[in-house]
Amino acid sequence: MTDTHSPAYARPERRLLPQPTAESAAFWTGGRDGQLLISRCRACGHFFHPPGPVCWRCRSTDVGPEPVSGRATVAAYTINRQPWIPGYPPPYVVAMVELADEPDVRLITNIVDVPLDEVRVGLEVEVFFEQWPAQPGPDDSPVWLPLFRRATATVGGAR
Amino acid sequence: MSGGPFDGKAVVTGAGKSQVGRRLGRTGLDLTIEAVTRAIADAGLSVDDVDGIASYPGPGVPDLGFSGASITEVRNALGLRSRWYLSSTETAGQIGPAIEACMAVTLGLANHVVVYRSVWESTAQAGAGRASVLFGGGTVSGHLEYTGPFGALSAANWLSMPAQRYMHDFGLTREQLSAIPLNARANAGLNPDAIYRDPLTLDDYLNARMISEPLCLFDCDVPCDGATAVVISRRDAAAGLPRHPLTVESVGTGMFERATWDQRVDVTTMAAHDVAATLWEHTTLRAADVDLAQLYDGFSFLTVMWLEALGFCEHGKVGPFIEGGERIALNGPLPLNTSGGQLSGGRLHGMGFLHEACVQLWGEGGERQAPNSPEVAVVGVGGGPVGGAMLLSTR
Ligand SMILES: [Zn+2]
Repeated sequence: MTDTHSPAYARPERRLLPQPTAESAAFWTGGRDGQLLISRCRACGHFFHPPGPVCWRCRSTDVGPEPVSGRATVAAYTINRQPWIPGYPPPYVVAMVELADEPDVRLITNIVDVPLDEVRVGLEVEVFFEQWPAQPGPDDSPVWLPLFRRATATVGGAR
Repeated sequence: MSGGPFDGKAVVTGAGKSQVGRRLGRTGLDLTIEAVTRAIADAGLSVDDVDGIASYPGPGVPDLGFSGASITEVRNALGLRSRWYLSSTETAGQIGPAIEACMAVTLGLANHVVVYRSVWESTAQAGAGRASVLFGGGTVSGHLEYTGPFGALSAANWLSMPAQRYMHDFGLTREQLSAIPLNARANAGLNPDAIYRDPLTLDDYLNARMISEPLCLFDCDVPCDGATAVVISRRDAAAGLPRHPLTVESVGTGMFERATWDQRVDVTTMAAHDVAATLWEHTTLRAADVDLAQLYDGFSFLTVMWLEALGFCEHGKVGPFIEGGERIALNGPLPLNTSGGQLSGGRLHGMGFLHEACVQLWGEGGERQAPNSPEVAVVGVGGGPVGGAMLLSTR
Protein backbone atom coordinates (compact mmCIF):
# COMPACT_ATOMS: atom_id res chain seq x y z
CA MET A 1 0.00 0.00 0.00
CA THR A 2 1.29 3.43 -0.84
CA ASP A 3 -0.41 6.39 0.76
CA THR A 4 -1.34 9.28 -1.47
CA HIS A 5 -2.33 11.73 1.20
CA SER A 6 0.23 14.21 2.40
CA PRO A 7 -0.19 15.86 5.78
CA ALA A 8 0.63 19.55 6.09
CA TYR A 9 4.32 20.08 5.55
CA ALA A 10 6.52 19.93 8.59
CA ARG A 11 10.23 20.52 8.15
CA PRO A 12 12.24 17.33 8.57
CA GLU A 13 14.45 16.83 11.56
CA ARG A 14 17.48 16.73 9.30
CA ARG A 15 18.56 17.73 5.81
CA LEU A 16 21.93 17.35 4.17
CA LEU A 17 23.14 20.90 3.76
CA PRO A 18 25.25 22.75 1.24
CA GLN A 19 28.45 24.50 2.20
CA PRO A 20 28.06 27.63 0.08
CA THR A 21 30.96 28.58 -2.14
CA ALA A 22 31.82 32.01 -3.56
CA GLU A 23 29.69 31.05 -6.57
CA SER A 24 26.72 29.48 -4.80
CA ALA A 25 26.43 31.71 -1.71
CA ALA A 26 23.85 34.05 -3.28
CA PHE A 27 21.61 31.13 -4.27
CA TRP A 28 21.66 29.67 -0.78
CA THR A 29 21.32 32.94 1.16
CA GLY A 30 18.94 35.04 -0.96
CA GLY A 31 16.12 33.68 1.14
CA ARG A 32 17.35 35.85 4.02
CA ASP A 33 15.64 38.70 2.16
CA GLY A 34 12.93 36.51 0.67
CA GLN A 35 14.64 36.53 -2.74
CA LEU A 36 15.39 33.64 -5.08
CA LEU A 37 18.72 34.70 -6.59
CA ILE A 38 19.65 33.04 -9.88
CA SER A 39 22.79 33.64 -11.95
CA ARG A 40 22.10 35.94 -14.87
CA CYS A 41 24.21 36.99 -17.83
CA ARG A 42 24.25 40.74 -18.31
CA ALA A 43 25.44 40.37 -21.90
CA CYS A 44 22.63 38.17 -23.28
CA GLY A 45 20.15 38.57 -20.45
CA HIS A 46 19.59 34.84 -19.88
CA PHE A 47 19.51 33.16 -16.50
CA PHE A 48 21.43 29.95 -15.89
CA HIS A 49 21.85 27.36 -13.15
CA PRO A 50 23.79 26.14 -11.31
CA PRO A 51 25.73 29.34 -10.61
CA GLY A 52 29.13 29.78 -12.25
CA PRO A 53 31.63 32.32 -13.48
CA VAL A 54 30.55 32.35 -17.14
CA CYS A 55 27.37 32.23 -19.23
CA TRP A 56 27.20 28.89 -21.05
CA ARG A 57 25.20 30.44 -23.90
CA CYS A 58 27.30 33.47 -24.91
CA ARG A 59 30.41 32.86 -22.74
CA SER A 60 30.32 36.31 -21.23
CA THR A 61 31.83 36.55 -17.78
CA ASP A 62 29.66 39.55 -16.94
CA VAL A 63 27.38 37.46 -14.79
CA GLY A 64 25.90 37.69 -11.33
CA PRO A 65 22.96 36.75 -9.16
CA GLU A 66 19.66 38.54 -9.72
CA PRO A 67 16.26 38.01 -8.13
CA VAL A 68 13.58 36.14 -10.04
CA SER A 69 9.86 36.08 -9.39
CA GLY A 70 9.94 32.78 -7.55
CA ARG A 71 7.15 31.45 -9.76
CA ALA A 72 7.76 28.15 -11.46
CA THR A 73 6.12 25.16 -13.10
CA VAL A 74 6.65 21.50 -12.29
CA ALA A 75 8.52 19.95 -15.23
CA ALA A 76 8.98 16.50 -13.72
CA TYR A 77 8.67 14.95 -10.29
CA THR A 78 9.04 11.83 -8.24
CA ILE A 79 7.52 10.67 -4.99
CA ASN A 80 10.49 9.33 -3.12
CA ARG A 81 9.51 6.27 -1.06
CA GLN A 82 12.94 5.07 0.02
CA PRO A 83 14.46 6.23 3.29
CA TRP A 84 17.90 7.63 2.48
CA ILE A 85 18.58 10.04 5.32
CA PRO A 86 17.91 9.37 9.00
CA GLY A 87 15.69 12.20 10.16
CA TYR A 88 14.14 12.81 6.75
CA PRO A 89 11.53 10.07 6.36
CA PRO A 90 9.67 9.41 3.10
CA PRO A 91 7.39 9.97 1.36
CA TYR A 92 8.42 13.33 -0.05
CA VAL A 93 8.18 14.92 -3.48
CA VAL A 94 11.35 15.79 -5.38
CA ALA A 95 10.73 17.86 -8.47
CA MET A 96 12.41 19.68 -11.29
CA VAL A 97 10.73 23.06 -11.57
CA GLU A 98 11.11 25.43 -14.51
CA LEU A 99 11.40 29.09 -13.60
CA ALA A 100 8.73 31.40 -14.99
CA ASP A 101 11.51 33.90 -15.75
CA GLU A 102 13.50 31.40 -17.85
CA PRO A 103 11.77 28.07 -18.47
CA ASP A 104 14.90 26.13 -19.42
CA VAL A 105 16.42 26.91 -16.04
CA ARG A 106 15.37 24.12 -13.73
CA LEU A 107 15.85 23.73 -10.02
CA ILE A 108 15.72 20.49 -8.10
CA THR A 109 13.54 21.10 -5.07
CA ASN A 110 10.73 19.73 -2.93
CA ILE A 111 7.07 20.34 -3.63
CA VAL A 112 5.35 20.56 -0.26
CA ASP A 113 1.85 21.10 1.08
CA VAL A 114 0.34 19.52 -2.02
CA PRO A 115 -1.35 16.09 -1.66
CA LEU A 116 0.85 13.50 -3.32
CA ASP A 117 -1.81 12.57 -5.85
CA GLU A 118 -2.23 16.20 -6.91
CA VAL A 119 1.37 16.82 -7.90
CA ARG A 120 1.60 16.83 -11.68
CA VAL A 121 3.55 18.12 -14.64
CA GLY A 122 2.46 21.69 -15.27
CA LEU A 123 1.50 22.46 -11.67
CA GLU A 124 2.20 26.12 -10.95
CA VAL A 125 4.22 26.64 -7.82
CA GLU A 126 5.95 29.43 -5.91
CA VAL A 127 9.05 29.57 -3.78
CA PHE A 128 9.37 29.87 -0.03
CA PHE A 129 12.46 29.45 2.07
CA GLU A 130 13.47 27.17 4.90
CA GLN A 131 16.35 28.36 7.04
CA TRP A 132 19.01 25.95 8.30
CA PRO A 133 21.99 26.71 10.50
CA ALA A 134 25.51 27.28 9.26
CA GLN A 135 27.72 24.31 8.45
CA PRO A 136 31.47 24.40 8.87
CA GLY A 137 33.02 25.54 5.59
CA PRO A 138 34.43 28.46 3.69
CA ASP A 139 31.23 30.46 4.29
CA ASP A 140 29.72 29.94 7.72
CA SER A 141 26.41 31.62 6.91
CA PRO A 142 23.09 29.96 7.57
CA VAL A 143 21.38 28.75 4.38
CA TRP A 144 17.87 29.28 3.09
CA LEU A 145 16.70 26.31 1.02
CA PRO A 146 14.26 27.25 -1.77
CA LEU A 147 11.21 24.97 -1.52
CA PHE A 148 8.05 25.25 -3.58
CA ARG A 149 4.33 25.04 -2.83
CA ARG A 150 1.21 25.55 -4.90
CA ALA A 151 1.07 29.06 -6.33
CA THR A 152 -1.45 31.25 -4.52
CA ALA A 153 -2.38 33.33 -7.57
CA THR A 154 -1.49 32.89 -11.22
CA VAL A 155 0.77 35.26 -13.08
CA GLY A 156 -1.17 37.92 -14.97
CA GLY A 157 -4.46 36.57 -13.64
CA ALA A 158 -4.55 33.72 -16.16
CA ARG A 159 -6.72 30.65 -15.44
CA MET B 1 35.30 -4.76 -42.05
CA SER B 2 37.64 -1.86 -42.68
CA GLY B 3 36.66 1.75 -42.27
CA GLY B 4 35.32 3.30 -39.12
CA PRO B 5 37.34 5.35 -36.69
CA PHE B 6 39.99 2.65 -36.28
CA ASP B 7 39.99 1.47 -39.91
CA GLY B 8 39.35 -2.09 -38.72
CA LYS B 9 42.62 -2.20 -36.78
CA ALA B 10 41.16 -2.33 -33.25
CA VAL B 11 39.86 -5.78 -32.35
CA VAL B 12 38.80 -7.63 -29.21
CA THR B 13 40.80 -10.82 -28.73
CA GLY B 14 39.80 -12.05 -25.29
CA ALA B 15 37.38 -11.60 -22.41
CA GLY B 16 37.37 -12.65 -18.78
CA LYS B 17 35.21 -12.46 -15.71
CA SER B 18 35.93 -13.07 -12.04
CA GLN B 19 33.71 -14.77 -9.56
CA VAL B 20 30.58 -12.60 -9.26
CA GLY B 21 28.38 -12.50 -6.18
CA ARG B 22 27.10 -10.80 -3.06
CA ARG B 23 29.42 -10.19 -0.14
CA LEU B 24 32.14 -12.46 -1.41
CA GLY B 25 34.55 -11.08 1.17
CA ARG B 26 37.30 -10.80 -1.46
CA THR B 27 39.20 -7.60 -2.17
CA GLY B 28 38.73 -5.59 -5.31
CA LEU B 29 42.32 -6.28 -6.33
CA ASP B 30 41.86 -10.03 -5.92
CA LEU B 31 38.76 -10.01 -8.13
CA THR B 32 40.50 -7.76 -10.65
CA ILE B 33 43.51 -10.02 -11.00
CA GLU B 34 41.19 -12.98 -11.57
CA ALA B 35 39.31 -11.21 -14.38
CA VAL B 36 42.40 -9.68 -15.99
CA THR B 37 44.42 -12.89 -16.06
CA ARG B 38 41.43 -14.84 -17.39
CA ALA B 39 40.96 -12.31 -20.20
CA ILE B 40 44.64 -12.45 -21.10
CA ALA B 41 44.61 -16.26 -21.14
CA ASP B 42 41.37 -16.22 -23.13
CA ALA B 43 43.16 -14.16 -25.79
CA GLY B 44 45.92 -16.78 -25.93
CA LEU B 45 48.42 -14.32 -24.46
CA SER B 46 50.62 -14.18 -21.40
CA VAL B 47 50.96 -11.19 -19.08
CA ASP B 48 54.31 -10.49 -20.74
CA ASP B 49 52.57 -10.06 -24.12
CA VAL B 50 50.27 -7.37 -22.75
CA ASP B 51 51.76 -3.90 -23.08
CA GLY B 52 48.79 -1.71 -22.23
CA ILE B 53 46.25 -1.41 -19.45
CA ALA B 54 43.19 0.79 -19.01
CA SER B 55 40.34 1.09 -16.54
CA TYR B 56 37.46 3.11 -15.18
CA PRO B 57 37.45 4.92 -12.78
CA GLY B 58 40.94 4.75 -11.33
CA PRO B 59 41.79 6.14 -7.90
CA GLY B 60 40.52 9.36 -6.39
CA VAL B 61 36.80 8.70 -6.25
CA PRO B 62 34.86 7.93 -3.06
CA ASP B 63 35.60 4.26 -2.68
CA LEU B 64 33.05 2.10 -0.88
CA GLY B 65 33.92 -0.64 -3.30
CA PHE B 66 33.24 1.52 -6.37
CA SER B 67 36.82 1.35 -7.56
CA GLY B 68 38.01 -2.22 -7.24
CA ALA B 69 41.66 -1.65 -8.07
CA SER B 70 43.73 1.13 -9.60
CA ILE B 71 46.01 0.55 -12.57
CA THR B 72 49.00 1.11 -10.32
CA GLU B 73 47.85 -1.67 -8.00
CA VAL B 74 47.22 -4.08 -10.88
CA ARG B 75 50.47 -3.26 -12.69
CA ASN B 76 52.44 -3.68 -9.49
CA ALA B 77 50.68 -6.89 -8.55
CA LEU B 78 51.29 -8.50 -11.94
CA GLY B 79 54.65 -6.93 -12.78
CA LEU B 80 52.99 -5.77 -16.00
CA ARG B 81 55.34 -3.84 -18.31
CA SER B 82 53.04 -1.32 -19.98
CA ARG B 83 53.93 0.88 -22.93
CA TRP B 84 50.59 2.71 -22.54
CA TYR B 85 48.13 3.04 -19.66
CA LEU B 86 45.15 5.12 -18.68
CA SER B 87 42.37 5.38 -16.15
CA SER B 88 39.64 7.93 -16.26
CA THR B 89 36.22 8.91 -15.02
CA GLU B 90 35.74 11.93 -17.27
CA THR B 91 35.33 9.81 -20.38
CA ALA B 92 32.61 8.17 -22.46
CA GLY B 93 31.00 6.24 -19.65
CA GLN B 94 32.45 3.21 -17.96
CA ILE B 95 33.65 1.81 -21.30
CA GLY B 96 35.47 5.04 -22.16
CA PRO B 97 38.85 3.45 -21.34
CA ALA B 98 38.05 0.57 -23.75
CA ILE B 99 37.45 3.14 -26.48
CA GLU B 100 40.72 4.84 -25.61
CA ALA B 101 42.45 1.46 -25.76
CA CYS B 102 41.18 1.11 -29.35
CA MET B 103 42.87 4.41 -30.13
CA ALA B 104 46.10 3.31 -28.46
CA VAL B 105 46.41 0.05 -30.42
CA THR B 106 45.41 1.71 -33.69
CA LEU B 107 48.11 4.35 -33.24
CA GLY B 108 50.69 1.71 -32.34
CA LEU B 109 51.19 2.88 -28.77
CA ALA B 110 50.51 -0.68 -27.62
CA ASN B 111 49.79 -4.08 -29.17
CA HIS B 112 47.50 -5.63 -26.56
CA VAL B 113 45.66 -3.59 -23.93
CA VAL B 114 43.82 -5.24 -21.10
CA VAL B 115 40.81 -3.17 -20.02
CA TYR B 116 39.00 -3.92 -16.78
CA ARG B 117 36.30 -2.67 -14.42
CA SER B 118 35.98 -4.08 -10.95
CA VAL B 119 33.67 -3.42 -8.03
CA TRP B 120 33.30 -4.86 -4.56
CA GLU B 121 30.40 -2.69 -3.44
CA SER B 122 28.47 -5.56 -1.91
CA THR B 123 31.25 -6.37 0.50
CA ALA B 124 32.43 -2.79 1.09
CA GLN B 125 28.95 -1.52 1.91
CA ALA B 126 27.80 -4.53 3.86
CA GLY B 127 25.69 -3.58 6.83
CA ALA B 128 25.37 0.10 5.91
CA GLY B 129 23.47 1.80 3.15
CA ARG B 130 25.51 3.73 0.63
CA ALA B 131 23.83 6.97 1.66
CA SER B 132 24.65 6.57 5.33
CA VAL B 133 28.26 5.81 4.47
CA LEU B 134 28.62 8.69 2.03
CA PHE B 135 26.66 11.37 3.82
CA GLY B 136 27.37 10.76 7.48
CA GLY B 137 28.98 14.22 7.67
CA GLY B 138 25.72 16.04 7.08
CA THR B 139 26.88 18.18 4.15
CA VAL B 140 26.89 17.76 0.37
CA SER B 141 29.06 19.32 -2.32
CA GLY B 142 29.75 19.05 -6.04
CA HIS B 143 26.64 18.28 -8.07
CA LEU B 144 25.00 16.94 -4.90
CA GLU B 145 25.05 20.51 -3.56
CA TYR B 146 21.89 21.15 -5.59
CA THR B 147 20.11 17.82 -5.06
CA GLY B 148 21.12 16.47 -1.64
CA PRO B 149 19.44 19.21 0.44
CA PHE B 150 16.12 18.12 -1.07
CA GLY B 151 16.59 14.47 -0.22
CA ALA B 152 17.49 13.57 -3.82
CA LEU B 153 20.63 11.61 -3.12
CA SER B 154 20.36 8.68 -5.44
CA ALA B 155 20.35 8.28 -9.20
CA ALA B 156 17.00 6.58 -8.52
CA ASN B 157 15.64 10.05 -7.68
CA TRP B 158 17.40 11.89 -10.50
CA LEU B 159 16.22 9.33 -13.08
CA SER B 160 12.72 8.84 -11.83
CA MET B 161 11.94 12.45 -12.74
CA PRO B 162 12.72 12.14 -16.47
CA ALA B 163 11.08 8.71 -16.41
CA GLN B 164 7.92 10.27 -14.98
CA ARG B 165 8.03 13.04 -17.60
CA TYR B 166 8.56 10.50 -20.40
CA MET B 167 5.54 8.53 -19.17
CA HIS B 168 3.54 11.77 -19.02
CA ASP B 169 4.53 12.94 -22.50
CA PHE B 170 4.56 9.64 -24.40
CA GLY B 171 2.29 7.30 -22.48
CA LEU B 172 4.93 4.76 -21.50
CA THR B 173 3.29 2.52 -18.89
CA ARG B 174 4.77 0.54 -16.01
CA GLU B 175 3.49 -2.62 -17.71
CA GLN B 176 5.53 -1.75 -20.79
CA LEU B 177 8.58 -0.76 -18.76
CA SER B 178 8.42 -4.08 -16.91
CA ALA B 179 9.63 -5.77 -20.10
CA ILE B 180 13.17 -4.56 -19.31
CA PRO B 181 13.51 -6.15 -15.83
CA LEU B 182 11.43 -9.21 -16.75
CA ASN B 183 13.62 -9.86 -19.79
CA ALA B 184 16.74 -9.40 -17.69
CA ARG B 185 15.49 -11.88 -15.10
CA ALA B 186 14.53 -14.44 -17.72
CA ASN B 187 18.04 -14.28 -19.17
CA ALA B 188 19.64 -14.34 -15.72
CA GLY B 189 17.89 -17.65 -15.11
CA LEU B 190 20.12 -19.07 -17.84
CA ASN B 191 23.31 -17.48 -16.46
CA PRO B 192 24.88 -19.41 -13.58
CA ASP B 193 26.86 -16.30 -12.53
CA ALA B 194 23.82 -14.04 -12.18
CA ILE B 195 22.81 -12.71 -8.75
CA TYR B 196 19.01 -13.05 -9.07
CA ARG B 197 17.85 -16.10 -11.03
CA ASP B 198 14.38 -16.89 -9.68
CA PRO B 199 11.55 -16.18 -12.12
CA LEU B 200 10.00 -12.71 -11.94
CA THR B 201 6.41 -12.11 -13.02
CA LEU B 202 4.50 -9.04 -14.11
CA ASP B 203 2.51 -9.26 -10.88
CA ASP B 204 5.72 -9.32 -8.84
CA TYR B 205 6.81 -6.21 -10.69
CA LEU B 206 3.55 -4.30 -10.38
CA ASN B 207 3.29 -5.08 -6.66
CA ALA B 208 6.91 -4.31 -5.83
CA ARG B 209 7.96 -1.72 -3.32
CA MET B 210 8.36 1.73 -4.86
CA ILE B 211 11.80 3.29 -4.51
CA SER B 212 11.15 6.62 -6.20
CA GLU B 213 7.97 6.69 -8.26
CA PRO B 214 7.59 5.56 -10.99
CA LEU B 215 10.64 3.34 -10.40
CA CYS B 216 10.24 0.32 -8.14
CA LEU B 217 12.68 -2.10 -6.60
CA PHE B 218 12.93 -4.17 -9.78
CA ASP B 219 13.81 -1.09 -11.86
CA CYS B 220 17.04 -0.72 -9.87
CA ASP B 221 20.15 -2.85 -10.31
CA VAL B 222 21.83 -4.85 -7.58
CA PRO B 223 25.28 -4.07 -6.14
CA CYS B 224 27.71 -6.96 -6.36
CA ASP B 225 31.33 -7.96 -6.13
CA GLY B 226 32.97 -8.83 -9.40
CA ALA B 227 35.29 -7.82 -12.22
CA THR B 228 35.21 -8.03 -15.99
CA ALA B 229 38.00 -7.52 -18.49
CA VAL B 230 38.63 -7.62 -22.21
CA VAL B 231 41.81 -7.57 -24.30
CA ILE B 232 41.89 -5.05 -27.12
CA SER B 233 44.56 -5.73 -29.72
CA ARG B 234 45.78 -4.29 -33.00
CA ARG B 235 44.66 -6.62 -35.78
CA ASP B 236 48.17 -7.31 -37.11
CA ALA B 237 49.41 -8.14 -33.60
CA ALA B 238 46.49 -10.54 -33.17
CA ALA B 239 47.49 -12.80 -36.08
CA GLY B 240 47.70 -16.39 -34.90
CA LEU B 241 45.72 -15.87 -31.70
CA PRO B 242 43.06 -18.49 -31.01
CA ARG B 243 39.94 -16.37 -31.12
CA HIS B 244 38.23 -14.86 -34.12
CA PRO B 245 39.03 -11.15 -33.63
CA LEU B 246 35.96 -8.96 -33.08
CA THR B 247 36.16 -5.73 -35.03
CA VAL B 248 35.40 -2.47 -33.26
CA GLU B 249 33.33 -0.96 -36.06
CA SER B 250 32.50 2.30 -34.33
CA VAL B 251 32.40 4.09 -31.02
CA GLY B 252 30.11 6.74 -29.61
CA THR B 253 31.66 9.46 -27.47
CA GLY B 254 29.49 12.52 -28.11
CA MET B 255 28.45 14.94 -25.40
CA PHE B 256 26.74 17.99 -26.82
CA GLU B 257 24.88 19.45 -23.89
CA ARG B 258 25.93 20.38 -20.40
CA ALA B 259 26.45 17.18 -18.46
CA THR B 260 23.82 17.50 -15.78
CA TRP B 261 20.84 15.47 -14.66
CA ASP B 262 18.42 18.38 -14.88
CA GLN B 263 19.50 21.15 -17.28
CA ARG B 264 19.36 19.29 -20.60
CA VAL B 265 17.10 21.22 -22.99
CA ASP B 266 14.80 18.20 -23.48
CA VAL B 267 14.54 16.29 -20.21
CA THR B 268 13.15 13.24 -22.01
CA THR B 269 16.55 12.71 -23.66
CA MET B 270 19.95 11.99 -22.12
CA ALA B 271 23.63 11.78 -22.95
CA ALA B 272 22.83 8.47 -24.68
CA HIS B 273 21.25 10.45 -27.51
CA ASP B 274 24.45 12.40 -28.17
CA VAL B 275 26.56 9.26 -27.83
CA ALA B 276 24.41 7.34 -30.30
CA ALA B 277 24.51 10.18 -32.83
CA THR B 278 28.30 10.02 -32.93
CA LEU B 279 28.34 6.20 -33.01
CA TRP B 280 26.38 6.20 -36.29
CA GLU B 281 28.44 9.07 -37.74
CA HIS B 282 31.51 6.85 -37.90
CA THR B 283 30.06 3.82 -39.67
CA THR B 284 27.87 2.75 -42.57
CA LEU B 285 26.21 0.14 -40.37
CA ARG B 286 22.78 1.07 -39.06
CA ALA B 287 20.50 0.05 -36.20
CA ALA B 288 18.76 -2.38 -38.57
CA ASP B 289 22.07 -4.27 -38.94
CA VAL B 290 22.38 -4.91 -35.20
CA ASP B 291 21.68 -8.49 -34.02
CA LEU B 292 22.32 -8.06 -30.30
CA ALA B 293 22.06 -5.18 -27.83
CA GLN B 294 23.80 -4.86 -24.48
CA LEU B 295 22.39 -1.66 -23.02
CA TYR B 296 23.05 -0.24 -19.60
CA ASP B 297 20.37 -1.03 -17.07
CA GLY B 298 21.60 0.41 -13.81
CA PHE B 299 17.96 1.51 -13.91
CA SER B 300 15.43 0.08 -16.35
CA PHE B 301 14.65 3.54 -17.70
CA LEU B 302 18.24 3.93 -18.91
CA THR B 303 17.75 0.97 -21.24
CA VAL B 304 14.67 2.74 -22.58
CA MET B 305 16.82 5.78 -23.30
CA TRP B 306 19.48 3.69 -25.07
CA LEU B 307 16.94 1.84 -27.22
CA GLU B 308 15.46 5.01 -28.64
CA ALA B 309 18.74 6.93 -28.75
CA LEU B 310 20.33 4.20 -30.87
CA GLY B 311 17.41 4.35 -33.29
CA PHE B 312 15.74 1.00 -32.62
CA CYS B 313 12.54 3.04 -32.38
CA GLU B 314 11.54 6.68 -32.66
CA HIS B 315 11.80 9.16 -29.81
CA GLY B 316 8.92 8.56 -27.44
CA LYS B 317 7.96 5.20 -28.98
CA VAL B 318 9.79 2.80 -26.69
CA GLY B 319 6.61 1.69 -24.94
CA PRO B 320 5.09 -0.15 -27.91
CA PHE B 321 8.55 -1.36 -28.94
CA ILE B 322 9.25 -3.26 -25.72
CA GLU B 323 5.66 -4.12 -24.81
CA GLY B 324 5.37 -7.80 -24.04
CA GLY B 325 9.12 -8.25 -24.44
CA GLU B 326 9.07 -10.39 -27.60
CA ARG B 327 11.35 -8.11 -29.62
CA ILE B 328 14.05 -8.05 -26.95
CA ALA B 329 13.78 -11.68 -25.81
CA LEU B 330 16.66 -14.11 -26.22
CA ASN B 331 14.86 -15.71 -29.17
CA GLY B 332 13.63 -12.40 -30.57
CA PRO B 333 15.08 -10.25 -33.34
CA LEU B 334 17.05 -8.05 -30.92
CA PRO B 335 18.21 -10.09 -27.91
CA LEU B 336 18.86 -7.62 -25.08
CA ASN B 337 21.04 -7.91 -21.99
CA THR B 338 21.48 -11.64 -22.42
CA SER B 339 23.42 -12.21 -19.19
CA GLY B 340 20.67 -10.68 -17.07
CA GLY B 341 22.10 -7.17 -17.22
CA GLN B 342 22.86 -5.38 -14.01
CA LEU B 343 19.24 -5.63 -12.89
CA SER B 344 19.54 -9.36 -12.28
CA GLY B 345 23.14 -10.18 -13.13
CA GLY B 346 24.75 -7.66 -10.78
CA ARG B 347 26.20 -4.19 -11.11
CA LEU B 348 29.46 -4.94 -12.89
CA HIS B 349 29.17 -1.30 -13.85
CA GLY B 350 29.25 -1.13 -17.59
CA MET B 351 32.03 -3.48 -18.60
CA GLY B 352 29.80 -6.48 -18.01
CA PHE B 353 27.88 -5.46 -21.14
CA LEU B 354 31.02 -5.36 -23.28
CA HIS B 355 32.09 -8.71 -21.88
CA GLU B 356 28.72 -10.27 -22.66
CA ALA B 357 28.66 -8.85 -26.19
CA CYS B 358 31.99 -10.56 -26.90
CA VAL B 359 30.87 -13.88 -25.40
CA GLN B 360 27.74 -13.84 -27.57
CA LEU B 361 29.57 -12.86 -30.76
CA TRP B 362 31.92 -15.79 -30.17
CA GLY B 363 28.87 -18.02 -29.75
CA GLU B 364 29.84 -19.05 -26.24
CA GLY B 365 26.78 -17.96 -24.30
CA GLY B 366 25.94 -21.54 -23.39
CA GLU B 367 22.33 -21.87 -22.29
CA ARG B 368 21.82 -18.14 -22.83
CA GLN B 369 23.42 -18.01 -26.29
CA ALA B 370 21.24 -15.91 -28.58
CA PRO B 371 19.88 -18.30 -31.24
CA ASN B 372 20.11 -15.69 -33.99
CA SER B 373 23.90 -16.20 -34.16
CA PRO B 374 24.67 -12.50 -33.74
CA GLU B 375 27.29 -10.92 -35.99
CA VAL B 376 26.83 -7.27 -35.03
CA ALA B 377 26.42 -6.16 -31.42
CA VAL B 378 25.94 -2.73 -29.91
CA VAL B 379 27.03 -1.88 -26.40
CA GLY B 380 25.68 1.28 -24.76
CA VAL B 381 26.94 2.10 -21.31
CA GLY B 382 26.17 4.82 -18.80
CA GLY B 383 23.19 6.99 -18.18
CA GLY B 384 21.97 10.43 -17.28
CA PRO B 385 24.76 12.87 -18.06
CA VAL B 386 27.41 10.33 -19.16
CA GLY B 387 27.64 7.55 -21.70
CA GLY B 388 29.69 5.70 -24.27
CA ALA B 389 28.94 3.13 -26.94
CA MET B 390 30.75 0.54 -29.04
CA LEU B 391 29.67 -1.34 -32.13
CA LEU B 392 31.35 -4.73 -32.57
CA SER B 393 31.17 -7.26 -35.37
CA THR B 394 32.51 -10.65 -36.36
CA ARG B 395 33.27 -9.31 -39.86
ZN1 LIG C 1 25.10 35.20 -21.97
